[in-house]
Amino acid sequence: MRRTLPIAVVAGVGFFMLIQYFIPLEEFETLYEWALDWTMVIGCFAMALGLYSLTNMMVTKVRRKAEGWGYSLVALVGLFVMVFVGLVPHYQDSLKYGTLFMDIFEYIYIPIQAAMFSLLAFYIASAAYRAFRARTVLATILLVSAIIIMLRLIPLGPLSAINQWMVNFILTVPNMAAKRAFWLGVGLGATATALKIMLGIERGYMGRD
Amino acid sequence: MKKKRVFSSKVLLIPFLVIPLLFLGFCVSSAQEEGETEVLEETLAQAPSPPTEVEASDTPNDNGHSITVTWKLSADDGAGRNNVVSYEVLRSDSPDGEFEVRGLAPAGENTFEDKGAKEKEDANYLPPHKDFYYKVRARGDGLFSDSEVSLPAHASGQWYHTGKTPVVVAVIAFSTFALIFITLARKGKKLYVRPLAGIEAVDEAIGRATEMGKPILYILGLGSADMIATIASFTILSRVAKKVADYQTQILIPCCDPIVMAVAQETVRAAYLESGRPDQYKEENIYYLTSMQFAYVAGVNGIMLREKPATNFYLGKFYAESLLLAETGSLAGSIQISGTDEIAQIPFFVAATDYTLIGEELYAASAYLGKEPILLGTLKGQDWSKAVVMIALILGALAATFNFQFFLNLFAVQL
Repeated sequence: MRRTLPIAVVAGVGFFMLIQYFIPLEEFETLYEWALDWTMVIGCFAMALGLYSLTNMMVTKVRRKAEGWGYSLVALVGLFVMVFVGLVPHYQDSLKYGTLFMDIFEYIYIPIQAAMFSLLAFYIASAAYRAFRARTVLATILLVSAIIIMLRLIPLGPLSAINQWMVNFILTVPNMAAKRAFWLGVGLGATATALKIMLGIERGYMGRD
Repeated sequence: MKKKRVFSSKVLLIPFLVIPLLFLGFCVSSAQEEGETEVLEETLAQAPSPPTEVEASDTPNDNGHSITVTWKLSADDGAGRNNVVSYEVLRSDSPDGEFEVRGLAPAGENTFEDKGAKEKEDANYLPPHKDFYYKVRARGDGLFSDSEVSLPAHASGQWYHTGKTPVVVAVIAFSTFALIFITLARKGKKLYVRPLAGIEAVDEAIGRATEMGKPILYILGLGSADMIATIASFTILSRVAKKVADYQTQILIPCCDPIVMAVAQETVRAAYLESGRPDQYKEENIYYLTSMQFAYVAGVNGIMLREKPATNFYLGKFYAESLLLAETGSLAGSIQISGTDEIAQIPFFVAATDYTLIGEELYAASAYLGKEPILLGTLKGQDWSKAVVMIALILGALAATFNFQFFLNLFAVQL
């Protein structure tokens, strides 16, 4: 029963979601929206679970003075400060501009996030250096294509027209062909995975084969 | 002195000459304007001819809250006096009742979909199975003329969306292929699947972590538990966790979604149980970090630099964080295996990790790892479906080239 019931639930819900796509009736639409609401409700309850997990892990690290416990302490303080300023002083208006909650979010969190994102530029440079080393024929083709694509942003005088033609060719012919093949494979793969799950062939996601 | 007097007398003459000329010019121009206005008024003074043959019918393939109205264009729309500006569609629940405006259609348009809301509380609610009458008003410049009232029509929902028939056919064909090969596999037919370097490296990667005495870091991506890439990652995690349990290594799984965390905990717990080592399972190694993208990156990168995992798995849904994670892992000296169905992140993973599962390979990985005939059967079914799609693509290209519209219409999907 412990094995059969979850599979039956997954199969039932899976087949319902499949057939409702083809039935435009209002009742089916309502059921679909209801199912989506349920995922949101479960998500909200799961957030409490996540909060418990995070707090538990951080507190354990701080208590044991594990390596980098100071970061855990900062994370814990940050977590509880945000909960406090979000709920206690003006819990109804905390998402309005000018409140302490929004000030911390805008002037501390967003700049930190932007700094993290800006690292991407440097990481792209280092990854590109590795990827574009012309060690094999394929890597050389990649390198040449990348140079052509990058040059489109630079004025090259009379060569610009030729470069633009090559850029258009690369993007609309080999690149687009590869992208379409990728999407086709992903579409079929996703359908196959859904079918395997609905038929109970694939049960790894439930923690058992 | 004499000179000055002559000049003054000339100046005095100017108004006598200019004023009559201006008056004459004004009379001529007003006469012209009056003539033009008369011609214009002659055209506009008449309302445009009314639209004819107004028909209302239930909108097909909908949820039962919409009626489609069609009409024959006014004789003055694009022809005749050519003074139709727009059409107003009016609705009433009785042919003699008060008609209310439901919407506008520009000149030249002869169809209007009267789409109502499905909520009864909504002012725009259009009840199903209730008869409505329509008429269409051709609007000119301030003048209009109404069509005859249409026959009654009511909205009703349909049990099947005919515009999605090609999708039904494709799903049935694909499922048939998959089921045929699953049956063949069950009967013991050996199925060959092309080896994937990324999958074959899994054992080696786990073995390396065991030898080094360092943990394995498994990242399920930023996707939620209902995404197919995340589900595929769970199935791979199940098999990886079983091997980790066999080798008695540690696996760390920081999650960015609490539901993903709960499922991952259950998956790994069951894998340890199946390996006969439930005591070695540590729930605290699978934890929630944060749902914010770059905060998650910061957290995971910190783990990579502190714990120095021997192997990193990035399998699931990834966005801009893919390279930030993979480059840090590369700097930390870990073996890295990645896989995602996000096309924009594939180049980053290819550049920064040792092995990459591209798109559908991610979905196929669990079948490769499990080597179960039934799972391999679905892979074969996929391959055959791809062959059919390729043939259809070639035929479609030929049909488009030679304008065989009938063949192309077979694939048209209406959403």
